[in-house]
Amino acid sequence: MSDEKTKRQKKNFVKLSDMAREDGQPLLHLENEDLMRLPPPLDDPAKDRPWRPIPDSAREKYECILDDTVAVNVPKPKTKEEERELVKKFLAGLDKLFLKEDNWTFLQPLVLSMEYCVKCQTCSEACHIYEASGYSELYRPTYRSEIMRRLYFKYVKHGGFLAAFEHGDIKLNWALVARLIELSYRCNLCRRCAQTCPIGVDNGLIAHELRKLFSQEMGIAAKEIHDNGSMLQLKVGSSTGMNAEVVKDNIEFIDEEISEKTGIEVHTPWDVQGADVLLIHNAGEILAWPENPGAFALILQQAGISWTMSSELAGYDSVNYGLWYDDAQFARVALKHAEAARKLKVKRIVLGECGHAHKALSVIADRILLGEDNIPRESAMTLLHEIVMSGKLKLDPSRNDFPVTLHDPCNLVRLMGVVNPQREILHKICPQFREMHPHGVDNYCCGGGSGFAIMSGNNFEDWRFHVSGRKKLEQILNAFSDCVDDPNVNKYVCAPCSNCKGQFRDIIAYYGLWEKYRIGYGGLVELIVNAMEDVKPGFIDWEWH
Amino acid sequence: MTTFVFLIVYVGLVSFLVASLVRAVMYARQPLHLRWELYPVPHEPSERVAHGGSYFEESKWWEKPRTVNRLTELKFMLSEMLFLKALWEFNRGLWFRSFPFHAGLYLLIASVKLLILSALLAIFWPAAMAGAFGAVLGALVAVCGALGAFLAMIGAFALLLKRLRDPDLKNYTAPGDIFNLLFFLAAFGVLAAGYLLRGPDYPGTVAMAVALFTFDTSVRIPILLAAGLILMSLLITYIPLTHMAHYVGKYFTYHSIRWDDLPANEANEIQQKIAQYLAYRPHWSAPHIRADGQKTWAEIATTNPHAGGQSK
Repeated sequence: MSDEKTKRQKKNFVKLSDMAREDGQPLLHLENEDLMRLPPPLDDPAKDRPWRPIPDSAREKYECILDDTVAVNVPKPKTKEEERELVKKFLAGLDKLFLKEDNWTFLQPLVLSMEYCVKCQTCSEACHIYEASGYSELYRPTYRSEIMRRLYFKYVKHGGFLAAFEHGDIKLNWALVARLIELSYRCNLCRRCAQTCPIGVDNGLIAHELRKLFSQEMGIAAKEIHDNGSMLQLKVGSSTGMNAEVVKDNIEFIDEEISEKTGIEVHTPWDVQGADVLLIHNAGEILAWPENPGAFALILQQAGISWTMSSELAGYDSVNYGLWYDDAQFARVALKHAEAARKLKVKRIVLGECGHAHKALSVIADRILLGEDNIPRESAMTLLHEIVMSGKLKLDPSRNDFPVTLHDPCNLVRLMGVVNPQREILHKICPQFREMHPHGVDNYCCGGGSGFAIMSGNNFEDWRFHVSGRKKLEQILNAFSDCVDDPNVNKYVCAPCSNCKGQFRDIIAYYGLWEKYRIGYGGLVELIVNAMEDVKPGFIDWEWH
Repeated sequence: MTTFVFLIVYVGLVSFLVASLVRAVMYARQPLHLRWELYPVPHEPSERVAHGGSYFEESKWWEKPRTVNRLTELKFMLSEMLFLKALWEFNRGLWFRSFPFHAGLYLLIASVKLLILSALLAIFWPAAMAGAFGAVLGALVAVCGALGAFLAMIGAFALLLKRLRDPDLKNYTAPGDIFNLLFFLAAFGVLAAGYLLRGPDYPGTVAMAVALFTFDTSVRIPILLAAGLILMSLLITYIPLTHMAHYVGKYFTYHSIRWDDLPANEANEIQQKIAQYLAYRPHWSAPHIRADGQKTWAEIATTNPHAGGQSK
């Protein structure tokens, strides 16, 4: 172990028992000096952005006792009695996580992850958050898991003295529960740690199950993914707040824009019965990156694909935030997606550029969608690959003659195995394509995974950019190390995922990477359209990003 | 005393098998979970395994025959079981400690299996054990046993030192973790010492095994060796009661979780099981779940939390 690592570890060391500390103080405070060093030109910690403190208004109302930020806004209990009630609720939820009637969905993986960790810490080095934080103990992937494990053996298995001897003891109080709520939102659920575990224990799953406990039993979840996320989606049809009428208006506007920009008349079809493909975008694309759904429409139209979009509730928004925190919300949204496809009698659902939507509907929901609801689902990556390789589109790679690197969205790649189609497309249409290292199933999360990309309350952004997004930022700077200082060279981070793009948009703005180093970002379809010979040159709008 | 030692050995062996089996059955009987695979999945065709790809990489994958390559899966599992591949790749420092320990255990298990074979041959086909074959078998038992105990002790000691000194591990080390390694060291150490100091009256290892099979309590077991056998028997009784039973858990974490990519549409059994689970009645208390103890999982999943008023 390097001296530097040991020094940082000592400074930010936190004992497991500290989680129950009742002094009302955070367990960790990070300075820029503590963090993993970035490569040039961001290698000077003194020039890094300062952290904003948690606003006093939030400190007064919410539990801010974990670290330098607050993600969930858990109200402070007013009395000791209220604290006791909350702890009681927590224990009731903990029990339910281990009952098949309540948690058949993940019972077996959870029990196995509880019972077999040998605490070898092999997983720690794989975690980008732990590394980027300068190896802060609090963010070690096993820290949270070990708390949960000790609670499991003490309160679910009622192991008494023997459990304390074999697994270690733990003190449970409201301070621990409040900190655990926040700590469950310091993991991107990317499961890179699980990939390295020799036993197959899954710390990402444990964070996921903790979030479920808090949501499903205590009604506590990050506002952005619950109230403004899955609840809003089930109410109006989209977590963006767009109802069917608004989304159709917006798409019509996008069609007009794209037609004008490309010189090709584009028309997005709605609610076409019996179409081959139902395309579902992350609706965030429609508002934040309209060129993405526009590019999709153009490509599918020019390739002669029979396709449609749906105006059913949730049928035009593929997000399913329940994936990150709540099984009931997850199942409800997945069933809505299936219902939209079933009503239109389409042959397949194709998921647009959204990683978590891919995994949610293609993989996780596979064992919820029974019978006629189990309509085949496919990634846009494979459909685009088929189109690009078929020669149906005339493509001129010289139009994309600038450095391009590819970010692998965890949900699409490590958790679903869609690795090569997007790479083969880039190899074909981007002469200066270069990989990040590591990449593919060994990739690092963008730092916005599991909902973080849409969470910016209080000062959470500072944590998101300094800590969870830091490893990816390092990868991007390294991928462009040959040209990062050249202001005449535009560089493109291709991120075929809305949440990842959200993280890139924000971190690029935070560090001024476009203004200073001409590092931009976008999706895959934009590069395809940019290379289409039939399209007016210059589809990619660098300045706009 | 021989009777007592034999009884302890029988109880140890039986309880090890029964407790391991109970664990396996318990996990196997848990409900089928939602898919939670992690790539690479080694039973994909080799051209996909190389980059960690899945059948989702093909357009209209459901219309194409799906190849499940059990051979590559077996190869992956064997290299993981025998050589601790993941530890080699991701935690090399620990591998140099853990591998000797596990290799020692495997050699000890091999030694015990060869000993059982020798005893059975001695009982049912004494002629086979009388010649060169018997001598080779006896030598193999001794070499595997001695090397196994040596490696396991070296490994256990190295692991103990690491656990006591490495700051990465200390925060997570429970008293039981130290106890477990000391238990291994004590059991192997006393058994090895008992064997090395067995003395001229020792009836021979195969004769001891034969006596165990035939419950011939007339054999005299040297006191230190008896202590070693008792400790070993207690150890194998204890192992399946702890997280050290990962030889059971690991099968499920790999085969039933990481590599379980079977699409529901391809297995009626999955559909039937899920239909059964959808009839469960959950009790989650958060208002938006709308669980009242009466509603089934299916009803909750088809309930819009906004119907009949806001939940939050």
